[in-house]
Amino acid sequence: MLLRWLTALVCSLALAGATHAADVLPVPPLSGRVIDQTATLDAAQRQALDAQLAALEQARGAQVVILLVPTTQPEDIAAYAQRVADSWKIGRREVGDGVLVVVAKSDRRVRIEVAKTLEGAIPDLAARRIIDDAIAPAFKAGDFAGGLRAAITQIDRHVGAEGLPAPTEGAADPGLDLQDLAIFLFVAAPVLGALLTGLLGRKLGAIGTGGAIGAVSWWLTASLLLAGIAALVALLLVGVIGIGSRGGGIGGRRGGPVIWGGGGGSSWGGGHGGGFRSGGGGDFGGGGASGSW
Amino acid sequence: MLRTVRPWLLALLAVLSLGGCGYNEFQRLDEQVKAAWSEVLNQYQRRADLIPNIVATVKGEAGFEQETLTKVVEARARATRINATPELVNNPEAFQKFQQAQGELTGALSRLMVVVEQYPALKANAAFQDLRVQLEGTENRITVARNRYIKTVAEYNVLARSFPSNLTAMLFSYAPKPSFTVQNEAQISAPPVVSFDKPASK
Repeated sequence: MLLRWLTALVCSLALAGATHAADVLPVPPLSGRVIDQTATLDAAQRQALDAQLAALEQARGAQVVILLVPTTQPEDIAAYAQRVADSWKIGRREVGDGVLVVVAKSDRRVRIEVAKTLEGAIPDLAARRIIDDAIAPAFKAGDFAGGLRAAITQIDRHVGAEGLPAPTEGAADPGLDLQDLAIFLFVAAPVLGALLTGLLGRKLGAIGTGGAIGAVSWWLTASLLLAGIAALVALLLVGVIGIGSRGGGIGGRRGGPVIWGGGGGSSWGGGHGGGFRSGGGGDFGGGGASGSW
Repeated sequence: MLRTVRPWLLALLAVLSLGGCGYNEFQRLDEQVKAAWSEVLNQYQRRADLIPNIVATVKGEAGFEQETLTKVVEARARATRINATPELVNNPEAFQKFQQAQGELTGALSRLMVVVEQYPALKANAAFQDLRVQLEGTENRITVARNRYIKTVAEYNVLARSFPSNLTAMLFSYAPKPSFTVQNEAQISAPPVVSFDKPASK
């Protein structure tokens, strides 16, 4: 699992490097539901759109992101939107329901990029209709916020008619589950154990390790019970079995950075800004439509 | 004792070395290449299914330039005549033929779309505009599917050529798989001809 994250991280980095070399626009960081690089929307409009999108995600589960860029040159808007969607992967992890709306203001082009899961709910023609009926007239009149608001309303209606799995309330943070905690425990305990028993002797070292592991677990999981269990396990590992008290630290130490790499990897697939992060499940296969105004 | 154990040891060694030399990796990537190729075929099929509707709609337009239309129909016929099976990825020659036929169809279709611009009635025809949106979406999907195929094949070919997995590839005769290339290389490398003359035939 960690390995997969790492390879994904490396791949995305390599991809980023490759695209940079090809002289096309870099993929912007996913900093929120509404990303405006053109300063078209004022703060109130952006917040209103953001709230509308948040309500959509709460009600339907689908993730919709709006990106306004000055231009997508030298690429076609479809190629650019595909690249951005491919790297953000918006949509729930298990469902993959994401929609990306890209507006290239100076090019006067707009694209609705639909993930494969939603291609049935929003076929290309429906996406085109949304552009023609909701977006283009408002944009022509210079009302960007209004056009986007109308588009979100229509996307909401299409997605609502699809009957996707309902959003789960309070879904567990995918970054840290019990499995990760266990891995952390079995790698960190020997390392810390080796260090502390070396410094303080076996008994004190074991107690110190247990205490430290417990404190860290408490901080990570915010659960006293889990922290207590973790501390006890660490105490037993170091104090009774003697893991890490002599020589065991080498393997552990090598494992250490992997854990931290994995921890960093958990936030991969979307930056968290304004409480929003990509579900990482959206698979975009080129569905959707482009239009101009 | 040693004699009874030895064959088992050898077998174990063989299994381990196969795993270490990327045998499993070959199987995994081979499946991925097949899946990516199926997606490419799927999207090309979708385009081929769309063309009869487009042709029928355009034909309805009075006095539409017949030559462009005929070329699309012929190119479609040539492209669908090739039996596009998943095994095509293991046959570079057939793969080239398939790619060429689909490339010709792409060319014929884009010429048709340019010619259509000269017919205002078609541009105002809602049914034709819908077909056009669908064609555009299909072309986008083809591009994405081809890109994913290229990436997967690259991964497979790197494995087939690098040491020590190339030994496994040699042992089981896994050849590198063909990939898509730029179709109109000659056209791209030639400078574009810019002419400000008015077209004579109109």
